[in-house]
Amino acid sequence: MPVNVTEPVIEIQDLVKDYTVGEMPVHVLEGISFRIDRGDFVTIMGPSGSGKSTLMNILGCLDKPTSGSYKLDGISVAELNRDQLAAIRNGKIGFVFQQFNLLARTSAAENVELPLMYTDIPARERRERAMKSLAAVGLAGREDYQPSQLSGGQQQRVAIARSLVNNPRIILADEPTGALDSKTSIEIMAIFQRLNREQGITMVVVTHDRDVANYSGRIIHFKDGRLQADETLAQPRDARQDLERLAAPLPAPQEQPV
Amino acid sequence: MNQLLASIRIALRALKVNRARSALTMLGIIIGVAAVIAMVGVGAGATARIQSQIQSIGSNLIIVLPGSISSNGVRLGSGAVVTLTQDDAKAIAADCPSIAAVVPTVRGAVQVVYGNNNWATNAQGVTPDYIAIRDASMMFGEFFTTQDVDAAAKTAVLGETVAQNLFGDADPSGQTVIIKNVPFTVAGVLSPKGQSPSGQDQDDVILLPISTAVQKVLGASKANANSVGNLMVQAIGPSSMDQAIEEMTALLRERHRILPGMNDDFTIRNLTEVYAAQETSARVMSILLGAIASVSLIVGGIGIMNIMLVSVTERTREIGLRLAVGARTRDILSQFLVEAVTLSVLGGMIGIVVGLTASLLISYFAQWSTEVSALSILLAFLFSALVGIFFGFYPARKAAFLDPIQALRYE
Repeated sequence: MPVNVTEPVIEIQDLVKDYTVGEMPVHVLEGISFRIDRGDFVTIMGPSGSGKSTLMNILGCLDKPTSGSYKLDGISVAELNRDQLAAIRNGKIGFVFQQFNLLARTSAAENVELPLMYTDIPARERRERAMKSLAAVGLAGREDYQPSQLSGGQQQRVAIARSLVNNPRIILADEPTGALDSKTSIEIMAIFQRLNREQGITMVVVTHDRDVANYSGRIIHFKDGRLQADETLAQPRDARQDLERLAAPLPAPQEQPV
Repeated sequence: MNQLLASIRIALRALKVNRARSALTMLGIIIGVAAVIAMVGVGAGATARIQSQIQSIGSNLIIVLPGSISSNGVRLGSGAVVTLTQDDAKAIAADCPSIAAVVPTVRGAVQVVYGNNNWATNAQGVTPDYIAIRDASMMFGEFFTTQDVDAAAKTAVLGETVAQNLFGDADPSGQTVIIKNVPFTVAGVLSPKGQSPSGQDQDDVILLPISTAVQKVLGASKANANSVGNLMVQAIGPSSMDQAIEEMTALLRERHRILPGMNDDFTIRNLTEVYAAQETSARVMSILLGAIASVSLIVGGIGIMNIMLVSVTERTREIGLRLAVGARTRDILSQFLVEAVTLSVLGGMIGIVVGLTASLLISYFAQWSTEVSALSILLAFLFSALVGIFFGFYPARKAAFLDPIQALRYE
C-alpha cells in the first residue's frame, strides 16, 4: 500500500513579527504556525492590516521574523544574511506582484530573463528558458513586445513567466489580480491552476477577493496578526471551466433585439 | 569579462533611455578632460619653449661682468670702469680646473655697409671658443681661427639677421663689408638662434676677432686696450657651476688684489640659474593651469553623482524588483557603478578628442606652442574613470542597500 508522504515546502512555527513605530511596539504577527506541502494551492485571505503582507514578505525571504522559525524547503531561513536570502529568492521562489513590476522599455523576453541574470547560466540558455516560460503562459511570439505594448493581463502573464523561469519551488503571488478586471483575473487563476497541476509548483496567493480564493484548495484566514481559520476546499472552482462558461453565452444577448 | 561586457551593455541601455540627460552629464566630464589636456598642453608648450631658449644661450654658461668700484667714496655703477682684462680670461682658462673655456668679449654699436646696403648692429669681439660656449653652429662658411685673433685679421662672422639685411638669402662668404671704413672679409654666417629668453634678437650681431675689434673698430685707447666688456665662461658640467664660480672669484680677487672684507670689483652671473628660474615658473604655471582644469573635472564628477542619485531614486522600484528576484548587494552596486563609470569614461574619451582639437586650435590661432603628451592623455583618461568610480560609489551604494520591501512599494 503506497504511503502518501507529504513533503513540507513551508514550515513556520510561532512566527512573531514586531515593528517599532516611534516608541510604540506594534505586533504585526503574533505567533503563527502552519505548514504548506509540496503541490498545495493555498490562498491567504484577510482584511488589510491583518498582517498578511508582512507574512508574505517573510515567506518570500524579503523580511525576517522577530522570532519563531521558518523553514523553506528544509532550510532554516532566519539565520541567513542579506546575500544568502537573495540566493534563496533567486533559486527557490517566484514572485508575482499586484503591479506586475516589469522593467519599462525592456522586451518581454528580457523581463523574463531577469532572475537568470543573477545566476551563472549562459546567455543562450537564459534566452531558451525565457522563451519556454513565455510559451507556458501563452505568450509565445510576444517575446519582443515591451510592457507598454501589452494589456494588463498580458503584462501579468509576463510577470508569471518571470516567476517561473528559475524553476522555483514555490510561487508567491501578492494580490496578483488586484489590478485586473474579473475575466482577466480568472485567466490568471487558470494559469496558476495549470502550473500547479501540471508542473506541481506550490502556489501561495494573497488576496482579499473570495472569488479568487475559491480557485485554491485551501484558504488560510487571517485577522489581527493571528491565524483565524484554516479552510480546506474539497471542490475548488476550475478557472478554465469558468472561462468557457463566460465565453459561451456571450453571443446570446446580441441576437435578442431590444 | 563577459559579465562586465553585459553590465556595460545594460548601462549603455539605461543611459540611452535618458539621452539628453546622459549627454548633459557627460558634458561636465568632457569639458573637464578637454580643459586638463589643453591647459597642460599650453603649459608644457611654454616650458618647452623656455627650455629651447635656455639651450640657445649656451650650456653651463657663466657671465663675468666688470663690477662697480668706489672712487673717492663715490660708488660707480657696474661696468663704469673696465676692470676685466684679456689676461684675466687667460688666467681663468689656465688656472681654474672646473672651467672648460673662457671667451673675453668687447662690444660696441657699429654701422655695417655692403654696397648700397647698410645696417646698424652690435659688433662683438670674441675668440673662436665662442662657438663652443654658445653652442653655435655655422650656416655658411667658417668661424675665424685663433691665428686670425693673433694676427688681428680683418675678418668677420655675421649673425643671420645681419646677413639677411645685407645679402638676402645669398651666401656672403668671401664678400667684403665695411665697418668704420675698415674693409672686412666675411668668413661665414652663424645659424640663427632666435630670441634670447629676455627677448633680444641673438642673430643681430657681427663677430670679429677680439684683437681686431679693439684695435680697428671699437677704438679703445692704449690704456685699456687689454680690457674687455665681459667674460663668457663655460663650466665643465652643470654640477660644476658653483665650483667654477668659487674658483673664479678666488682667482679674480687675488689677481685684482682685493683685500678680504672688500667688495668684488666684478659680478658673476649664472645665466643658467636665472633661466632655470623662468623654467620653474613656467612649470608652476602649467601645474596651476592643470589644477584649475582639474577642478572642472571634479565639478563634472559631482554632476555625475547628482544624476546617479536622481537615477537611483527614479528606479527604486526596479532596484526593489531586482533585489526580490535575487540580485545580491554587489550586483546592484556594480550595475550603478558601471553606469557611472561608463558615463565618465565615455565623457573622458570625447573630452580627449575635444582637448586635442582645442590645443591644436590654440597653437594655430594664438600662436602658442602647445605640447600634448601621451602621458597627459592617459592621466586625464584614468582620472575621468576615477571620478566616475569615486562619485558613482555613493549613489550605487545607496541603491545596493535599499530595503527590497520599501523599494518595491516605492511610488
